[in-house]
Amino acid sequence: MWVFLATEVMFFGGLFTAYIIYRNFYLSAFEAGSRLLNVKIGAANTAVLLCSSLTMALGVRAAQLGKKKLLVTFLVLTLLLGLAFIGIKLGLEWRHDYLEGFAPGVNWTFHGPDWRHLELFFCFYFFLTGIHALHMLIGVGILTTLIIMAGRGRFSPQRYNPVEVSGLYWHFVDIVWIFLYPLLYLIGGRY
Amino acid sequence: MGGGREGNHEMGTAVVEPGIESRVHYLNASYGIKSWLLTTDHKRIAMLYLASITFFFFIGGAAAVLMRLNLISPQGALLEPATYNKLFSMHGIIMVFFFLIPSIPAVLGNFLVPLMIGARDLAFPRLNLLSWYVFMVGGLFTLYAVIAGGVDTGWTFYTPLSTTYANTNVISAALGVFIAGFSSILTGLNFVVTIHKMRAPGLTWFRLPLFLWAIYATSIIQILGTPVLAITLTLVALERVFHVGVFDPAVGGDPILFQHLFWFYSHPAVYIMILPSMGVISELVTAFSKKRIFGYSFIAFSSVAIAVISFLVWGHHMFVAGQSIYAGIVFSVLSFLVAIPSAVKVFNWTATLYKGSVSYQAPMLYALGFIGLFTMGGLTGLFLATLAVDAHVHGTYFVVGHFHYIMVGGAVMGYLGGIHYWWPKISGRMYPDGWARLSAAIIFIGFNLTFFPQYMLGYLGMPRRYAVYAPEFQVLNVMSSAGASILGVGYLIPLVYMVWSMRYGPVAGPNPWGAKGLEWQTPSPPPTENFEETPKVTEEAYAYGTEETQVA
Amino acid sequence: MWQGFPIRPDQASTIARGVDHLYYFLTAVDLFFTALIFLAIFYLAIKYRRRSEQIKATQVEGSLPLEVIWTIIPLGICAVTFLWGSSLFIRNSRPPEAATEIFVVGKQWMWKLQHPEGPMEINELHVPVRRPIKLTMTSEDVIHNFYVPAFRVQKDVVPGMYTSIWFEATSTGRYHFFCNQYCGTNHAVMGGYVIVMSPDDYEQWLSGGIRGESMVSAGAKLYEQLACITCHGTGKGPPFVNLFGSQVKLTDGTTVTADEAYIRESILYPSVKIVAGYQPLMPTYKGQVTEEQILQLLAYIKSLSSGGVSQSSKPTSYPPSLEGGGQGAGNQNAGGQQSPANVPVPPGP
Repeated sequence: MWVFLATEVMFFGGLFTAYIIYRNFYLSAFEAGSRLLNVKIGAANTAVLLCSSLTMALGVRAAQLGKKKLLVTFLVLTLLLGLAFIGIKLGLEWRHDYLEGFAPGVNWTFHGPDWRHLELFFCFYFFLTGIHALHMLIGVGILTTLIIMAGRGRFSPQRYNPVEVSGLYWHFVDIVWIFLYPLLYLIGGRY
Repeated sequence: MGGGREGNHEMGTAVVEPGIESRVHYLNASYGIKSWLLTTDHKRIAMLYLASITFFFFIGGAAAVLMRLNLISPQGALLEPATYNKLFSMHGIIMVFFFLIPSIPAVLGNFLVPLMIGARDLAFPRLNLLSWYVFMVGGLFTLYAVIAGGVDTGWTFYTPLSTTYANTNVISAALGVFIAGFSSILTGLNFVVTIHKMRAPGLTWFRLPLFLWAIYATSIIQILGTPVLAITLTLVALERVFHVGVFDPAVGGDPILFQHLFWFYSHPAVYIMILPSMGVISELVTAFSKKRIFGYSFIAFSSVAIAVISFLVWGHHMFVAGQSIYAGIVFSVLSFLVAIPSAVKVFNWTATLYKGSVSYQAPMLYALGFIGLFTMGGLTGLFLATLAVDAHVHGTYFVVGHFHYIMVGGAVMGYLGGIHYWWPKISGRMYPDGWARLSAAIIFIGFNLTFFPQYMLGYLGMPRRYAVYAPEFQVLNVMSSAGASILGVGYLIPLVYMVWSMRYGPVAGPNPWGAKGLEWQTPSPPPTENFEETPKVTEEAYAYGTEETQVA
Repeated sequence: MWQGFPIRPDQASTIARGVDHLYYFLTAVDLFFTALIFLAIFYLAIKYRRRSEQIKATQVEGSLPLEVIWTIIPLGICAVTFLWGSSLFIRNSRPPEAATEIFVVGKQWMWKLQHPEGPMEINELHVPVRRPIKLTMTSEDVIHNFYVPAFRVQKDVVPGMYTSIWFEATSTGRYHFFCNQYCGTNHAVMGGYVIVMSPDDYEQWLSGGIRGESMVSAGAKLYEQLACITCHGTGKGPPFVNLFGSQVKLTDGTTVTADEAYIRESILYPSVKIVAGYQPLMPTYKGQVTEEQILQLLAYIKSLSSGGVSQSSKPTSYPPSLEGGGQGAGNQNAGGQQSPANVPVPPGP
């Protein structure tokens, strides 16, 4: 899993690199775009993900201790928090941006000065958060599988590796968000 | 015997001497399409890959034949320029992503890694099967692109041509490559974990056969580099669909950024293509001179050094792209540096022959050919690393000659040498060595005739990717095309005798070459579980001369 | 070489011979080592061939001294080659001060070459012999490349930015140029000839040929026709006198050099950089000016700077953030001052 996560680092790294380069080129447009994002909702999502990492870690501990009911509880909590994240991101933020006309390619209505650079910012925003959300969805799938397996008593203090490894994956997706949040939301020049 | 040809599963038993069929091994352990398509046996998966990449090789090769036929005449003897452009693009895409990158790792690596370390299978057998399916899905998308009218951006997909101006099947082709990339990543992942975790007792890192060092280094590159290509191609596809301006300057993007991102993967990619082949050469040279390798740790560390430095040289593809002089200088230095470990290897291989007991079966001929041709091709890399010379020959046939010397004179010859060397282990049969040596000779001659003139064409100024060309370049082009026809024949002959040998070749014992290595300690073909019991390793790699090596 | 079989193109520029010498050196190194390895292999493989199964190989352990030698020697050769090649390259990348600037626009699938005195050529370039010529190039669509084998120069021609090369032809004649970056269907026929003439013949050609106005006067006309004068001539916009090559302070506090890239960007994407003390009033001219017209305006603006000569020593305009600095000797901004919001060449909104 560590090796796989290394590939994920390269994958997201490439995207981050492109984003940073364009931000360097078009600072004012990217700052403007960043200010158009809702920091509070982003913060809420960050809190949601951090809690989910906590519940995940507690779940791994429960598996280590062989506490099946606790394990299932924590896994379910993690799953719910993950789904909450996706719901907030897609249902609240993306929907809002789409309705406001900031969705490149599908509904882009802003044509003020420098609009193409702003559109580029939103392209990166949607792509980065979209790929992240995709990874979360995959994580949700993994969690569901784990929950079913845990429910059937497949894990024990001797055999809980799948839980630990999935925990690694989940924490990684969380860490990507920890990078995404400031890069997209917080460096809009308002602080 | 179960065959390796796609669509040609000969499921009945062959008419053979008793012995080979009375024993159960991986090929006859179970029959039926399902047993092959749902196998988790690394050896069968290797055979699935063998069939697939051979198929892709001949498709890419057919494109090359058509290209060289067209280039016999300066006005283009055969094809419309639009068609020619599609052919060279597809030749590149198919050969790079669907032949060269998987070839040795997916075929020989999959087959041999567990055998060489004394394990039952790879660390993740089901992931291995998934890798093959992912590869095939990627291949299908690319084939779709070919059939649906082709793609004509070149395998390098430079923007904004590929994002905005090309009206061919860019997205399907890019998608095919993207998907196949996952196959590469997963295979690399499998190998790294397997080599770390599943070595037999006594098999320390510095007792590993050098083939495994090479595969390990290659896997590192596959794991770290491929995701960057994935993201780059995704951005190209996004731009093509949404016109947002990531790479197209007309809408705010930077075409040079594409080149940086693309070459950041694609340069290490070429080392993915050559490192495993170098690993094979280490095996061949030792086996056919019955000697320890000269300078084991130097070759091992060179493999790792090449893998590391390969990530630092991508800008040498962009010396005339409009990047700064200083960037050029940095990349030039690093590109020279990456040549040194390869030189060290060449000298070590040659020195291995000293005081050896050298025989000239086909695998050795391929190995020796590799060493010579790789030397010439690698040294032409120095021309390209030299800024002032590259400013003249960039984008010309000189570059084409350089990389074909490495890829065809190097990687493909290593691949063929490896296939011949391990064929008895894979199939339990020997191929006819006389025909094999003849093919090796034909390939060697045809190859040099095809590609040496291209160095000259390049320095004279003939650009690459030209469907038609200035008349003063004709003589050398005709020479090159003549060579290509010979080369093509050379590649077809092994297809015939290898398939023939599967049914009619003499039965091979466990160790027909008398070689060292755990893979030779088990019957040919190996049983599904590879070893009756896990071997214990007590000697160094290539420990020739320490005891009688059993020749079966 | 033998029977007039060519191994190199004509040596028609000042740098060609230098490049060829380096090439011969590399060829010698390549052939030497290839021959060395081939011969070593032949010799060793034959001398130590397996005469019988009974005779065993002698195991040789390896040799640290040998490893060191055959690491150091290649390293040395690489160092020599690198130093030779880079110094040649650096020299070949810096055009002399007094180079005549010719402007090149590439597009699918033809070349437009604009002389400053006025004549515009298609797929052909007339130049005088023994005079340094600098080509400043851009593309209208995809990436192309302008390559003259006889001069040993080439450079990608990139949309959204200017790249440049320079050469000084040493003998008269007709020399091929090619497009050397794959650019689509007719890439292979996108070329022509550089025609090097004696200075007298060149003057004659200039005055006789397809005559347009000089680029400077065409630019001056555009300055009025496009209404630039209504702001830049009245104080509403920054003045152009002595602008080219100077340091410009922007509203966000950063400073940029007013080079070709900056001016092109200001014409097409004016809102990206606002000069300190001015309002963001300027409308964009994207879609209203062709690349050639931009070059004419550039020529006019350059003519308003002291000396009136282009900053010909600057080799290339490229996105500062991707560059290490190579700004060239004659530019005040030697060293490449990087400011964070330094938006590069024309990739625009």
